[in-house]
Amino acid sequence: MITIIDYGLGNIRAFLNVYKRHNIEARTARTAEELAGATKVILPGVGAFDHAMERLEQSGMRAALDDLVLERRAPVLGVCVGMQMLAQDSDEGKRPGLGWIDGHVRAFRSWEPVRRLPVPHMGWNDVRPTSGTGLFRELDSDARFYFLHSFFFECAKPEDVRAVSPYGADFSSAVGHDNVHGVQFHPEKSHHFGTRLLRNFAEL
Amino acid sequence: MLRPRITPCLLVHNGGLVKTVRFAAPQYVGDPLNAVKIFNEKEADELIVLDIDASVRGSEPNYRLIANLAVECRMPLCYGGGIKTAEQAKRIIGLGVEKVSISSAAIENPAVISRMAEEVGSTSVRVVFAVRRSGRGYEVWTHNGSRPTGKLLDEVVRSAESLGAGEILVNSIDNDGQMTGYDLALAKRLRELTSLPMTVLGGAGSLDDIRRLIETCGVVGAAAGSLFVFKGPYRAVLINYLGPALKEDLIRRLAPAPVEQP
Repeated sequence: MITIIDYGLGNIRAFLNVYKRHNIEARTARTAEELAGATKVILPGVGAFDHAMERLEQSGMRAALDDLVLERRAPVLGVCVGMQMLAQDSDEGKRPGLGWIDGHVRAFRSWEPVRRLPVPHMGWNDVRPTSGTGLFRELDSDARFYFLHSFFFECAKPEDVRAVSPYGADFSSAVGHDNVHGVQFHPEKSHHFGTRLLRNFAEL
Repeated sequence: MLRPRITPCLLVHNGGLVKTVRFAAPQYVGDPLNAVKIFNEKEADELIVLDIDASVRGSEPNYRLIANLAVECRMPLCYGGGIKTAEQAKRIIGLGVEKVSISSAAIENPAVISRMAEEVGSTSVRVVFAVRRSGRGYEVWTHNGSRPTGKLLDEVVRSAESLGAGEILVNSIDNDGQMTGYDLALAKRLRELTSLPMTVLGGAGSLDDIRRLIETCGVVGAAAGSLFVFKGPYRAVLINYLGPALKEDLIRRLAPAPVEQP
């Protein structure tokens, strides 16, 4: 059973649709009570970092989520801004992030390799996983995913980088540490590549 | 590498899909949801759906249609038509759409671009300018090309970017439905004007036209209506898209992409 955190941000229905098509049970959680029994959690997110953190705090689900992820070690997948929220902080805002993966979210505009490229980084790009297991099982070298973002995750520990994508230079497009996973791209809108990844998450 | 996007653009008129020529003579080409299903199967890069009635009639966006499209669509979806306020944009994004596009609102009330960017994030705000060539340059028209704004593309693009737009789409009224190629001078001009991602619409009649656009602009959105709804010299209605092998071939032919800004 996959539980998708519904705190008003991100394309909840797109995730539900993917799982429904593959007969994998999925539901949403809007309250701490609904989240409490979850065994696998997706944290979606769009828009500004502070706004997303604020909405998550206001949803009343933060404590239950901390308990699930930090105490009960339930696998969690942050998507797009949901991935950025796993970091300590972000160039985009003042609020602290969840801090579950050591790192900082940086603006592409402050990163030299992207200086002369269009921002946001938007469209289909290659994703090169560091390992063909776990989330990236059966996603070989031609895997590509849809991106739409202006900030990216800078990991403090190189071993937490789980995939890179090229934009001016390689940046971390997937991060992971123990039961915590994050992808910058949108698997829910990335055709069969994204479906594979979401099914892999269900099988972790 | 980041790939050029090849994007079908669908027009909604009286609840059905239509294709226009120079923004006039709408011809019925099918049902919106059915078209989305076909583009799902073909794995299109993204999809643009524009309601060409809403702004002209001054009506609200059709939220029921948008919700149905969003549920069905397995690729990134952009919706435009009748969106005037940040609240409407928020509601539409909440239905599961990745981007909203605004056109007349961006001209009549440019500040709304900033408010939308605050509300739904700048990356989800696509500003669309429909233009006609004139002696002065490219003039921007709204309300399906029926209303001149007197503004030139150069000033509105700069203003939209500074107010927080996440992408610019330019639509050539002159080339709409002609299927004789994009206005490459227009595409080039837009690339010079903005450091935002950009998409060009209007005129594509073949994959060669898309190739020429990519050669001119590098990583760009190549949007098309007629090309993906008609087949053959008699313009028989057939929703279609290029297969993965053709698409790869098109991209492979790309020289090191000239995506650099001036």
